[in-house]
Amino acid sequence: MNSLHQRKERFSLFAWVAVAIFGSVFLFQRDLADWVTQYPEAWTLPAATWANIGMDWFVDHFRWLFRAISWLLTWPMDAILGLLTWLPWPTTISLFIGIAFVAGGWPLALFTLFALLYMVGIGYWTESMRTLALVAVSVPLSVLVGFGLGVSAWRSERANRLVQPLLDLMQTVPTFAYLIPILLLFGFGPVVGMIASAIYACPPMVRSTVLGLQRVPEETVESGIMSGASSGQLFWWVRFPSALPTILVGVNQSTMAALSMVIIAAIIGSSADIGWEVLSTMRRANFGESLLAGIVVALIAMLLDRITRGFAQDNQRSKRAFSLSPRLILGIAGATALSFLLLSLSVTELSEFPDQWVFYPAAQINAAILFFTVEFGAALDQIKNGFLFFFLLPLRIGLENTIRPFTWGFDLTLTMKISYLIACVSLSLLGGYRYGWRVAVAIGIATVLLYFGIERMPWPAMVALLVTLAWQAGGTRVGLFTLAGLAFMLVTGVWSLGVRSLYLCFAAVLVSFIIGGSLGIWASQSDRVSRLVRPINDTLQTMPLFVLLIPILMFFQVGEFTAFLAIIAYAIVPAIRYTEHGLRHVNNEVIEAAIASGCTPLQILWQVRLPLAIPEIMLGLNQTIMFGLAMLIIAALVGTQGLGQAVYVALGQANFGEGLVAGLGIAFIAMSADRIIQAVSAGKKRALGIK
Amino acid sequence: MSSDNPKLRCRGLWKVYGPNASHFFAQSHDKESRIKTIRDSSHIPAVCDVSFDVPEGEIFVIMGLSGSGKSTVIRCLSRLIEPESGTILLDGENLLEKSKDQMIEIRRRRVGMVFQHFGLLPHQTVLGNVAFPLKIQGLSISEQTNRAQQMIDLVGLNGREQSYPRELSGGQQQRVGIARSLASDPELWLLDEPFSALDPLIRRQMQDEFLRLQKLLNKTIVFITHDFLEALRLADRIAIMKDGAIVQIGTPAELVSNPANDYVAEFTRDVPKLKILTAGAVLSEVNPQKISAPLEGNPTIENTTTIDQFLPILIRSETLNVANNAGDYLGSISVLDVLKKLAEETIS
Ligand SMILES: Nc1ncnc2c1ncn2[C@@H]1O[C@H](COP(=O)(O)OP(=O)(O)OP(=O)(O)O)[C@@H](O)[C@H]1O
Ligand SMILES: [Mg+2]
Repeated sequence: MNSLHQRKERFSLFAWVAVAIFGSVFLFQRDLADWVTQYPEAWTLPAATWANIGMDWFVDHFRWLFRAISWLLTWPMDAILGLLTWLPWPTTISLFIGIAFVAGGWPLALFTLFALLYMVGIGYWTESMRTLALVAVSVPLSVLVGFGLGVSAWRSERANRLVQPLLDLMQTVPTFAYLIPILLLFGFGPVVGMIASAIYACPPMVRSTVLGLQRVPEETVESGIMSGASSGQLFWWVRFPSALPTILVGVNQSTMAALSMVIIAAIIGSSADIGWEVLSTMRRANFGESLLAGIVVALIAMLLDRITRGFAQDNQRSKRAFSLSPRLILGIAGATALSFLLLSLSVTELSEFPDQWVFYPAAQINAAILFFTVEFGAALDQIKNGFLFFFLLPLRIGLENTIRPFTWGFDLTLTMKISYLIACVSLSLLGGYRYGWRVAVAIGIATVLLYFGIERMPWPAMVALLVTLAWQAGGTRVGLFTLAGLAFMLVTGVWSLGVRSLYLCFAAVLVSFIIGGSLGIWASQSDRVSRLVRPINDTLQTMPLFVLLIPILMFFQVGEFTAFLAIIAYAIVPAIRYTEHGLRHVNNEVIEAAIASGCTPLQILWQVRLPLAIPEIMLGLNQTIMFGLAMLIIAALVGTQGLGQAVYVALGQANFGEGLVAGLGIAFIAMSADRIIQAVSAGKKRALGIK
Repeated sequence: MSSDNPKLRCRGLWKVYGPNASHFFAQSHDKESRIKTIRDSSHIPAVCDVSFDVPEGEIFVIMGLSGSGKSTVIRCLSRLIEPESGTILLDGENLLEKSKDQMIEIRRRRVGMVFQHFGLLPHQTVLGNVAFPLKIQGLSISEQTNRAQQMIDLVGLNGREQSYPRELSGGQQQRVGIARSLASDPELWLLDEPFSALDPLIRRQMQDEFLRLQKLLNKTIVFITHDFLEALRLADRIAIMKDGAIVQIGTPAELVSNPANDYVAEFTRDVPKLKILTAGAVLSEVNPQKISAPLEGNPTIENTTTIDQFLPILIRSETLNVANNAGDYLGSISVLDVLKKLAEETIS
């Protein structure tokens, strides 16, 4: 056993040494052959063209079918849209308050009142109702389809094996990439956004349906059988209601996904909804306007989240906890709504919110932003340049190219290069001496990357490095999967875009994870911090992504740094969450044992909680990467270069092939990262004996 | 005790877990070699050739350690699991030959089951849970409510009708499980470790409750437990299981006084003998000729009375007359007879 382990260790070490030699050979041969730095065009396959040809054929033959579906869906769409825009605003507000009250009591009802009053008061009522109408059609659609798929995946192992990878793909393929085929098949019109969002919102529903049904306790099912239930009764009266709490969590997630996709779909500009309002004002750099509209989106998101979550949790609460019966509340709300409706026939202010009542402080906000940016422009620039020169650029093009008089204030001399080399080697040796050869290897690789820059690494060296990393961390299968993904990017010619995305994502994830992890640790130690952080996290997480861009854009304008910050703003959430959760939920007996052996609180944190929480923290890292990649795509709106931008451009030209290839590139990055980290986390769990 | 027409008769029951479970039954084999073949091909013989009879109104307890196959047996009886081979006769009809629909009908009307972890529906109230089997049969709401209310009263849960399972203690939840299993008045009542998830004190209370109910209802019962003392308290007869097979079947007294092998003896060793041995068992030690007629003036006790029950009377009068439940005189026992019997039991 032991000798086998030793042999494995030696083999790993050997593999890393081989990678190091292999990499250095290419690194120093950079100038000899072009193909080393630049994957030759002649070696690529015109995958995008093929995909386009295939898609053209498909569209030619099946367009009628999709157009028919789209036509069919126009009906409920128009009906709901018509209804929501026709109903007088006080009527709609009363109805919503009624629903909110049932879902979450007074606080939620008040919040709803405030949110809807904001929408109407700011003058975005119609746009908001359009967005809500889209969601109102797409959510039931995706809930139904998702439930059906979930049930069949639960029923048959074969269907499950088919559905699961599809779900993985659907959740990692960037949102913009969805829109292209849908655009081609279903044509323009608000229905497109609705369909895109229905498809996008499906996976969480499928997953939670499968999970919920699987988790119904065996004895509950058996008790149903022993009561003499037929198979239909068993499903609808025993399994389904027992699984309902989990399924409702899926409905909540689906709703949020649908909303975010509706907002994103505004990019194709076919519906004059609130998403479009945010986007078009943002593009014109009217930040005041786009902030005001962005707040509407945020409010809608929070509203839908709280209401659906309220219903999901209500199912688990005791029903008698309510002092007022839901029916009574809805009755009151309905009656109020109806009386407003009747009143609106004579009082025009009720049917149409009068323009002179609208309070629209966009100009003031713009003035304030202008004042701020003028006043603090130098400071903002300093922050931005600091990050660029000392963190982002070195990572991308390497210290070798970054250190110039106008960035760092001096040139890189030979002496400096040699001292860097010596420093790196001794650091690596020290690390290796203290913590084992793996740390030495990690330090070595990091310092090399920092010197030459991720983007300037020869592709064979990069491939060898990443595949070895995946293989060492996750085993042969994960290694092969990563190899396949990288080969795909090389062969389809999106390698350099992929590396650009990889770099930006890596930089942002690194920072998110460090900051988020520290905040998580802090929050785990202090209830006050925890209480403070939680609502911020909740809000950030429910926010449709490009709303997050607005405030950052206001201060830092279009560019890589803005994208970097936006990714951090979103990807930091899981880093905080998982770290805190992992640290707080360490087995209590272990903690008590540590206290009993006389550990100080600090020792408990560092030597007991942290090591035991590592698997959970790894999952947080995983989520951080997924969130980062999701935001990376959206950040294409504010000027990134990379796969995200490629997908975005392809969307603009309705170029299915380009979008698909770039989208799959991102999906491959996401899935590889996911598999590697899951494997490491599982290995750690096993080593710690946590099941 | 075996009658010719028992309520439930189980013969040659086999259940094997594994991918090719059925293929061990293609040819005939004797029991031991079949078990060996099954084990060798890394399948699990969970139930091996189990046979027993349960007469009407009897509490038949199956006792065995964890993994001995008790749950598998009881799940075969209700066909929650399909056995590989065997017959299960309920009133002479083979349940294993019934179609799916017939089984549904049988479960609706003739068999009730109680589960170790209660198996309650989390989204239903106590009333809803108890009424569930009736709802499934399509009874009207008022009938459902009436019948369910009766059952709830029967298990002493009135006042908690509108509670949800999560608001009840374990003992209360199992009362709901019991009420539900009785709602459609089954003839055969199956209980799989119904009290194992409860605290000892509650368990004791539930056992008394169970005996009270059985006095009232007189069901035919198969009761599973891993607790030998529980088996002794409740059982008319006990079957001891080990590794999927039945080791011994007998009344509590038979098991205690005549364990079939060391395995059974191991269970009986720590059993308080006073609570098991009956006047009848003591009598079997006595030379029958010694006293041929009842002694005048001595109290008479039934032969099923246990020593701890008649000991106070015996101390006072030194000799007791023993009769069966029809009142026929069987013999007399003295303090010395009891001591002899106890000495023999304890030494062996
Ligand atoms: N679904 C299954 N697949 C494979 N093996 C099983 C399955 N169910 C039970 N077994 C095996 O069959 C044997 C008998 O299990 P069973 O559940 O009947 O035991 P038990 O006597 O009820 O134990 P316990 O007191 O723990 O409930 C065990 O060895 C168990 O591992
Ligand atoms: Mg069991």
